[in-house]
Amino acid sequence: MLAIVDYEAGNQTSVARALKSLGIACLITDSPQTLACADGVIFPGVGAAPQAMRKLEASGIGDILRSIVEKNIPLLGICLGCQILLEESEEGPCKCLGILPGKARKFHDNLRQEDGSAAPVPHMGWNGIRKVGQSRILEGIADNAEFYFVHSYYPEPAEEMVLATTSYGRKFCAIYGRDGLWAAQFHPEKSGRAGLGLLANFNAWCEGKR
Amino acid sequence: MLSKRIIPCLDVRDGRLTKGVKFAGNEDIGDPVATARRYYEEGADEIVFYDITASAEGRGIFLDVVEKVASEIFIPFSVGGGISSVAAMREVLLAGAEKVSVNSAAVLKPELISMGADAFGSQAIVIGMDVLAVPKSQNIPSGYEIVINGGRKKTGLDALSWALQCQRLGAGEICVNSIDADGTKNGYELVITSMIADAVNIPVIASGGCGKPEHIYDAFTKGHAQAAIVASIVHFGEYSIMDCKRYLDQLGVKARMTW
Repeated sequence: MLAIVDYEAGNQTSVARALKSLGIACLITDSPQTLACADGVIFPGVGAAPQAMRKLEASGIGDILRSIVEKNIPLLGICLGCQILLEESEEGPCKCLGILPGKARKFHDNLRQEDGSAAPVPHMGWNGIRKVGQSRILEGIADNAEFYFVHSYYPEPAEEMVLATTSYGRKFCAIYGRDGLWAAQFHPEKSGRAGLGLLANFNAWCEGKR
Repeated sequence: MLSKRIIPCLDVRDGRLTKGVKFAGNEDIGDPVATARRYYEEGADEIVFYDITASAEGRGIFLDVVEKVASEIFIPFSVGGGISSVAAMREVLLAGAEKVSVNSAAVLKPELISMGADAFGSQAIVIGMDVLAVPKSQNIPSGYEIVINGGRKKTGLDALSWALQCQRLGAGEICVNSIDADGTKNGYELVITSMIADAVNIPVIASGGCGKPEHIYDAFTKGHAQAAIVASIVHFGEYSIMDCKRYLDQLGVKARMTW
């Protein structure tokens, strides 16, 4: 059973619907006990980092996430959930969970895309990813597969953790992590077959660990 | 680099799909959930649903449709039609839509845009605007006036200044729908679309008048839109979404070619 962290972050039901369509059992929960005994945890998020961090620290869910990682329970952060696994964010700015080294940075104004057209923020829409090496989470997903992004800040983790990049005015990290601990800036639950493939890969990893 | 988006538009009345021409003479052409699923599988980048039901009972049926759609397609979709309060926005977002599209209600009550953006984020708020070509005047310097209530009522608002106001109030996207072009299949209204796209720094969606893939190409290259709404050309099987994308791809416009 996968658990989706419930901290009123917005997209948890979309994630649950996507998993259900794959026949993957999941529940949306804010219970520490349930999260601690899940086969894997998905940490979604939409909105602003400072508010989300306040909620996570006040509710104790931040500590639960840290202990989940310590116990090697697989974890997948999505969008804001990807950014706030890092140490800090320029949004606010604010301290984040500090589970992985790095920070979330703001896109600069007046960015230009490769064809010279404006790149307004937020970065919203479908963009292709370029894989960096091999990873279990992107297994079977084509290099250049497109995913759906909606964000104004982007993750800048330790370079060795970057698994794929994308480009919007500048090259940045689209997904990072290591075996069993991944974080995607895009929304796999809204990225068609490629996104569902990524969620299936996460579930397969969790089942292998059970 | 971002792909330009192709967005099929589904008009829903009493739980069934309709496609109106110039807002009159709607005919029943199918089940919205099955159709949305088909477009999802054929590579639509997003889907928009408009509830054109008038009754409260129809509203309930429509929300059921939204929930079913959310379990069938895994791309973003937006919902519009009759949304005039933050509560109504919340209702469709909770039912699984990513975005709400607000049209007449935003004209009558502009603060609805900022209230929606504060509550759900700008990315969730799309402003749909129906524009009508009129002689240029002091009040309408762009030569395009905003009309509401399905095109029946003129507002005296200049389309360009309204677009800028929507952006200031926190709109995340603007969908420019030409009343003159809608249903004609003669191409999008490129003049006002590019005028607005050049003036704002949020994405503009071209809407109304698409009859062939060339029109979509024009909307992106001459209209400077980030996305284009398609209806009849895909609803009646003249072209598939892939036909449209292949055309764009051949001419060097970035589109999402695999999924």
